[in-house]
Amino acid sequence: MSISTQKSSDGSVLTIKIQGRFDFSSHQEFRDAYESADSSIMEYQIDMSETTYLDSSALGMLLLLRDFAGGDNAQITISNCNSDVRRILTISNFEQLFRIQ
Amino acid sequence: MEQEPLKILIAEDNDTDRMILQRIIFRLGHTVVSARDGLEATELYEREKPQIVLLDVLMPRMDGLVAARRLKEMAGEDLVPIIFLTSLSDAESLAKCLDAGGDDFLSKPYNPVVLKAKIQAFNRMRLMHRTLLHQRDQISLHHEHMLREQQVAKTVFDNIAHLGCLQARNIRYFLSPMAVFNGDVLLAALKPSGGMHVLLGDFTGHGLPAAIGAMPLAEIFYGMTGKGFSMTDVLREINQKLKKNLPPGFFCCAAMLDLNFSRRELEVWMGGMPASFLWRGGELSVLPSNHLPLGVLEAKAFKTNTYKFELSEGDRIFLWSDGIVEARSPDGELFGEERLRQVFEETNHPSLLFDEVHQRVIRFMGESERSDDLSMVEVTMMPEDALGIEADQISGSAIKGPESWEFTYKIEGKTLGEFNPVPLILHNILEMPPVRAYSGQIYTVLTELYSNALEHGVLGLSSAQKQTPGGFLEYYQERERRLKEITCGWIQFRIRHRPEAGGGVLLIRVEDSGPGFDYHAFARSAPVEDSYSGRGIPLLCGICRRLEYFGCGNMVEAEFAWIKA
Repeated sequence: MSISTQKSSDGSVLTIKIQGRFDFSSHQEFRDAYESADSSIMEYQIDMSETTYLDSSALGMLLLLRDFAGGDNAQITISNCNSDVRRILTISNFEQLFRIQ
Repeated sequence: MEQEPLKILIAEDNDTDRMILQRIIFRLGHTVVSARDGLEATELYEREKPQIVLLDVLMPRMDGLVAARRLKEMAGEDLVPIIFLTSLSDAESLAKCLDAGGDDFLSKPYNPVVLKAKIQAFNRMRLMHRTLLHQRDQISLHHEHMLREQQVAKTVFDNIAHLGCLQARNIRYFLSPMAVFNGDVLLAALKPSGGMHVLLGDFTGHGLPAAIGAMPLAEIFYGMTGKGFSMTDVLREINQKLKKNLPPGFFCCAAMLDLNFSRRELEVWMGGMPASFLWRGGELSVLPSNHLPLGVLEAKAFKTNTYKFELSEGDRIFLWSDGIVEARSPDGELFGEERLRQVFEETNHPSLLFDEVHQRVIRFMGESERSDDLSMVEVTMMPEDALGIEADQISGSAIKGPESWEFTYKIEGKTLGEFNPVPLILHNILEMPPVRAYSGQIYTVLTELYSNALEHGVLGLSSAQKQTPGGFLEYYQERERRLKEITCGWIQFRIRHRPEAGGGVLLIRVEDSGPGFDYHAFARSAPVEDSYSGRGIPLLCGICRRLEYFGCGNMVEAEFAWIKA
């Protein structure tokens, strides 16, 4: 599992890419990814094109990010999920809290 | 790099060789202990406890190979490196040395630089080994400590969980005994009205954090269910408690059921759990999760829409945690919802479904997989008297409670649309422990009188609309609408109690702001057997000793007598 980040050219969108399994061992790295970015970030993109697996602690980490990013005002999009990841997000009804592409 | 001085044991039968070696080691800055043969080596080892041993192979009395085996035994868990001193060079002899416990060789003539390198290397290894053992012991201690803490948590949780009715005959389940530490929780409790709540929960995480979340959830579930609160009220409260008290990112997926045995109705709330399967007379309905798990949303955003069904006897619903749907075969395939559907299609008798699902999942997972993470429950609709449980399990109280008392409680205006006072009033009445065995009947009386006062008295709805199946639904929709818009009107309860020989009498008076009705005319008309409504008043007459209307019909008093069981 590895986490990489990229800022958009205007500095307002932070893309976090998660490769491999997104589980409880990713906790510190994921937090560092968004906490260490500067305050100009208005929007977050979570790129799951290479994420193979998501468990309930990963869902918890997404909620932590949402809390950090302003709760109901947070702008977070989760994109490119495979069918396993999509299924878990659907059962938990996370599309009620996040934009899922 | 200089290192600490070590104590080194040498065993060499040749005097010259021994002295040469002693001098080399001494010059390297270490202490030397010398033996002439294997036996003396073992004795000296016992006494001196050296850090490294240099052992000749061919010695009288006990040779190096035997000595090496003894020394390794005596060292036990500790690593005391043994370097064989040998002029042997053939592979077979060297292999024998290693088999005996030797770690390395030093050949003659003894080279001080080589010896120094070997001593340094083995000392590093020795120290690493010691650190490893120490850390292992620390981990072991912490682990034991953690197990003891978990045992305490489990005991507390089990004591709370035993308030429930999981042993009722309409519930079948399997849950690992340590399930609470996997985050799985199964609760069931009877309502004072005689219905039942069942909740299957799956907390994020494992271990103590999962168990800690389960405790406030269980307390709220049992406390509120026992007081007659609705399922959605219980869920709302649990959600708020978890949201407020647990760290963000912590939540509980849940599926909850509300069963009404007298009306044969089922209500289902699904939040984050895999879809539940409802079997009704051979038809399968799949109920997917339509809500976020508990503990995620703020109170005002929490949604309570539920699935509602009318069931027949024998109809049943299956709830499971993701362990079932996500069970993996040895090749990594998922069991999946399709296979579950197959089981339901292929199994003829509904009572076999539970075992069939369980068996198939276990077979699918194969031998090596752990099957104790599976949680599944089947709840069946059956007549209340077939449940096999005593209704009064809640009390166990030794006190008598108040005997002669009265109170008046009035709600008006918007409160009528927002608050159901019946649980609160029932709770006050049940302050008398001996009356708790009758809580079902008392709840029925309170609810019927309150519904009549609210719907016919204050909201002005007419029972005539309930005569047809379509009208039934319209009636309740109209009720919802009028309740949302209500601004004036009131309902007042006056409850009195006095003791009577062997028990007591409860007088329940309900008055509303409505126009009343012609109760004389009602009493004259015969009860209609097949109609959908009109069941209220004859039902009350069956439970109460006396039922009397006053004034224009907007005031009614019910007299309920009870005898100490």
